[in-house]
Amino acid sequence: MQYELVLLTFLPLLGALAIVFTPKGAERLQRLAALATTLVVAALGVRLFLAYGDSASDPGRFLFELPWFSLPSSYGADTAVNFKLGLDGVSLLMVTLTAVLMPIVILSTWGHVHKRVKEFMVWMLVMQTGMLGTFLALDLVLFYFFWEISLIPLYFLIGIWGGERRLYATVKFFLYTLAGSLVMMVAIIWILWTRGTSDVFELINILCRAPLEEQLWLFVAFALAFGIKVPLLPFHTWLPDAHTEAPTSGSVVLAGVLLKMGTYGLVRFCIHMLPGAAIEAAPVMMALGAIGILYGALLAWAQDDLKRLIACSSVSHLGYVVLGLFALTPAGINGGMLQMVNHGISTGLLFLLVGMVYERRHSRALDAFGGVAVAMPLFALFWVITTLSSVGLPGLNGFVGEYLVLVGAFQASPLWAIVGLSGVIFGAVYMLMATRRMLFGALDKPENRELTDLNAREIGLMLPLVVLVVWLGVSPNTFMAKTQPSIELVNLRIAEARRAALAGLDAAPTAPATQREESAR
Amino acid sequence: MPPSPSHAWLWWIPLLPLIGSVLCGALHLATLSARKRDPQAKGPAGLAPLIACAAMAGALALAVKGLFDLRALDAAARILNSTSWEWITVGDPRQPWFEVDLRLVLDPLSSTLGLVITGVGLLIHIYASGYMKGDAGYAKFFAYLNLFVFAMLMLVLSSSLLGVFVGWEGVGLCSYLLIGFWYEKGWPAEAAQKAFITNRVGDACFLIGSFLLLRLFGTLDMHEIVARMGADFRLDAVSDDVKLNIALAALFLFGGCCGKSAQMPLFTWLPDAMAGPTPVSALIHAATMVTSGIYLVVRLNPLFASSPAVMTLISGVGVATALIGGSTALVQRDIKKVLAYSTVSQLGYMFLGLGTGAFGAAVFHLVTHAFFKALLFLGAGSVIHGMHEEQDMHKMGGLRKHMPQTFATFLAGAAALSGLPLMSGFFSKDEIIAHTFNSGGVYYAFWIVGGLTAAMTAYYTWRMVALTFFGPERFDHHHVHPHESPAVMTVPLMVLAVLSVFGGVLGLPPVFHVAHVLNDWLAPVVAPGVAILNQLHPHEHLSHATEWVLLGLGAAVALAFAHTGFRTYSAGPEPDLAIGRGAPGVAAFLGDAWSIDSAYSRVVILPLRVFAFVVRFIVDQVVIDGLVNGAGSLAKNFALRARGMASGQLDAYALWMGGGAAVISLWWMWS
Amino acid sequence: MNVPSEHLFFLSAGLFSLGVLGFLVRRNVIVTLMCVELMLNAANLAFLAASRMHSTPESLDVQGPVFSIFVITVAAAEAAVGLALVIALYRLKQSVETDSASEMKG
Repeated sequence: MQYELVLLTFLPLLGALAIVFTPKGAERLQRLAALATTLVVAALGVRLFLAYGDSASDPGRFLFELPWFSLPSSYGADTAVNFKLGLDGVSLLMVTLTAVLMPIVILSTWGHVHKRVKEFMVWMLVMQTGMLGTFLALDLVLFYFFWEISLIPLYFLIGIWGGERRLYATVKFFLYTLAGSLVMMVAIIWILWTRGTSDVFELINILCRAPLEEQLWLFVAFALAFGIKVPLLPFHTWLPDAHTEAPTSGSVVLAGVLLKMGTYGLVRFCIHMLPGAAIEAAPVMMALGAIGILYGALLAWAQDDLKRLIACSSVSHLGYVVLGLFALTPAGINGGMLQMVNHGISTGLLFLLVGMVYERRHSRALDAFGGVAVAMPLFALFWVITTLSSVGLPGLNGFVGEYLVLVGAFQASPLWAIVGLSGVIFGAVYMLMATRRMLFGALDKPENRELTDLNAREIGLMLPLVVLVVWLGVSPNTFMAKTQPSIELVNLRIAEARRAALAGLDAAPTAPATQREESAR
Repeated sequence: MPPSPSHAWLWWIPLLPLIGSVLCGALHLATLSARKRDPQAKGPAGLAPLIACAAMAGALALAVKGLFDLRALDAAARILNSTSWEWITVGDPRQPWFEVDLRLVLDPLSSTLGLVITGVGLLIHIYASGYMKGDAGYAKFFAYLNLFVFAMLMLVLSSSLLGVFVGWEGVGLCSYLLIGFWYEKGWPAEAAQKAFITNRVGDACFLIGSFLLLRLFGTLDMHEIVARMGADFRLDAVSDDVKLNIALAALFLFGGCCGKSAQMPLFTWLPDAMAGPTPVSALIHAATMVTSGIYLVVRLNPLFASSPAVMTLISGVGVATALIGGSTALVQRDIKKVLAYSTVSQLGYMFLGLGTGAFGAAVFHLVTHAFFKALLFLGAGSVIHGMHEEQDMHKMGGLRKHMPQTFATFLAGAAALSGLPLMSGFFSKDEIIAHTFNSGGVYYAFWIVGGLTAAMTAYYTWRMVALTFFGPERFDHHHVHPHESPAVMTVPLMVLAVLSVFGGVLGLPPVFHVAHVLNDWLAPVVAPGVAILNQLHPHEHLSHATEWVLLGLGAAVALAFAHTGFRTYSAGPEPDLAIGRGAPGVAAFLGDAWSIDSAYSRVVILPLRVFAFVVRFIVDQVVIDGLVNGAGSLAKNFALRARGMASGQLDAYALWMGGGAAVISLWWMWS
Repeated sequence: MNVPSEHLFFLSAGLFSLGVLGFLVRRNVIVTLMCVELMLNAANLAFLAASRMHSTPESLDVQGPVFSIFVITVAAAEAAVGLALVIALYRLKQSVETDSASEMKG
């Protein structure tokens, strides 16, 4: 069972290697090989999800550990860096999403990747390894390693197969994210030097006792890196450019998974590992999240490029995630984590749909459309379902996450919850405006009259996501139940830190809070 | 948790229409693929109305069964619970931080509304099978219609506020889909968008109300909340802070009601919603969806009753809306617009009644209004259908000879709406007016405005009848041949006509010395609210004399203004044109619903749009991205200048080397 | 006559400064190399002067002269390499000016 995690993480890399050795020009083989690899990884991911139970009952099952190397430290002994992969409730949903989303992404490339197919597939698979590794890494250095690895493939994907301003967009994305990561690296080096361990769970127990000032500095460093990735206002400007210029599949992966690496980092490191600082910084983070919701929505409303509109809507939706997470209430954190998955699915679907219409029409301007629903009724059906999911219609996935976030946020700060609530109104404004300009109205432009509706491949790749949209909306407990025990640990940490703050100390008591924590290690 | 047994069959009431919707949707998809092969193919769309009506009939049958089951129970314990379903659970399932369970509850209130929804809904479904025949989206229409009924039933049957919200937004969605049903025309899509977004503003208020309730009571189960504010609840024993929170929760929930029930200031979407097919206007925008707000207030009656300020606000908003709606309907030319503004106005009456504490009266008016307004809309649809999609009353006239059944039933509806004596609308409106009069204080002013609006109602209703069915025929006889609609459309009209005329038996006033059926039926539901109102300011009932006077006054006003309206317009639309010439400003102001919509565009939407552009072009592009790109160009410029250091000149390098060596040796010597 | 050691240091400093100045200012590469030699020899003088300072009639300090021999050797090697470079530069650029070659600009 342990080796499953290694297999899951490195199978895409092996697939990439295999594709490297395929002969030049064997496009069909390369595509099918990539598809096959990602399908196997998806199967593994789903199997892991189904098999996952409370990690406290069998801690060794979802853990894989190998000693790696050591670094000097001021702590006494050298810091041991281990190759440690592990699955717990916090990362479960993201790992499954990454695994399941990739075959869909690969399947979508049939329509828009026509040159240098081999390199494209290789970079995609390498990126999948990077993403899975980031979520599974339970060692700080290993986490940073995988974090950085996932940057490079996207740089190439945007830079080579992207739109007109692809070089500007990709350099901006790369340098911006890298700058944040370097700040995080300083924090990591500090931790390794002063604490002598690189193990995430050990650090979770150690750093909560750190003095508040130290916690805050570390928090700022980590939050900067993750905040740029999320993207959190005001570090968001790389996102619209990157999303707009990226090829469709790149956008889907970027929106679906990569942005969630930032929010995952916020939960794992900023909140769980540094709870005292999280409590201090929560008002600021909630404010940034809430204002981001409104800002992203207004920005999206003013766009006339369809893809850029959806990119700005991402800023808005991830504002919900940050608002929920930093409400630091159980409802808020659960809502934030659920929204991470929801956003991945619904925005992924939106980008897929935009890609499909772009392949036919070669234009993303809203003015180029009008009345498309008459020519493409199936497309209209999928688009409306996805819009409703994005807008948070009860019964679909977006609502559950949104409501939990708002309830949790209201418990912490009614002001920011109400600011965030504006997203309910403005979200509908820009999405419905885009829907109306694109789909409804008279079919007056002759180019639009010849548009063909979705083919079987396109329907097939969107159908699993639509099923998830409905499933998550109607029965979110199926998914949330598995993540509860781990999120409970986060809640306990926060409660502890709050008690400590009230008692006037800036360090938490030395014993771990419950039995469950001990066995989770 | 309630101790009564669980009745899982209750779930079939909303689920049957949902299944019907899915099946009709499948039929539509099949029709689409059939049409891909052969553009003229009809596909299996013709089966859709059968499935949809069967689903509705099934739901109605179950609702009737529920009614009988409830009647068999003791009055104080008239409640049927369905099985519960865990929707959202945050935390350990045994001790959750937050959980939402969906459960359906049948009690007198929800069964009354359920019967209206399924009964009137079934009639409208049958009517629609004739009205929409031949439309390209025939099956799609029924899919949406059944989906709507599912959502509406979820709204009235759910025990949890969040379950209500599922239905709340669900009906908003179906409204969007159905208003924009003929989206190829362009403006229906805009109307649909406007409806959805205006509703969303109300929904945001609803959500805030739900957060406040959760904070107050720790649960979103409405029955539990009402129980806690029930028999043992004493308002004076509650702290001021809690009272403020209750008032705020009531206020925000009322804001949600304003959106859904088209009250000031969120009513502007309803007239535009007439862009949808007429059965939609009948079902959604007259009989059911717009009544959701009234349902919510009645359901949570103790919450609202606890806050006199909010109650007065509700009445005030209601009566103001009634006035605006009524006055606007006076000058409309489109027959559907008259009915739309009339609906806005009548909904205002219902809220007026709610604000006085007459919860039962408001529900009574809701039920009678469902009957006669649906009838009027369906009749108007019959007229429009027979006139080949003409909706301008100035181009109608004399249709009573061509469409006798439509005419007869339309008369019944008009009589009920205008409140002619002994019609259902007369009794329900009178009850509200009596309660308003009885409340005293500022309510006297409301009573006067309400009376004025009643006069207007009678006037515009009979104006509409006169312009449409009487007078000279003003249409082009060569191109328009008005004809009666087929039986599938006229039979529902007749059923509704009977209900409109005789529906008053549900709520005869006390002076008749007969039991008020509906008030007795709803008594256990509204008891907590009534008890709180009695704690706040107990007042006696109206004396019989006063009641007779009010009844007489109401009848007189209705008859007088009905007669005047009819007489003025029986010869044609000349008076309209006279008003247009003589007082064009007034006519324009009234015609545009007191210019509220254009005020919105100028004061709310335009500034926001400008702000959005400012955000995009200035804040994002110039300020934030300016910083980002600025950092980039800073680095680039610095690098360019620093590059100058590598001049390739040996002496320069020599100089740097020497200087560096000097600095290092000096530093070493001095440290 | 007894030359005081300080005078030797002054001379060495002066020669070194002349060497540095010449190195920085002169345009001819060969002259620059000669200035480098001057600097090295000034350093040699400083070593010898220091050695003289530290030695007593009983024990002669040999560290100074030994180091000087090392420096002379290095100077010789460096002169050889430097002149070879000058010849290579002349072959390329037909000139021995320091500013004749600036290919590494930018």
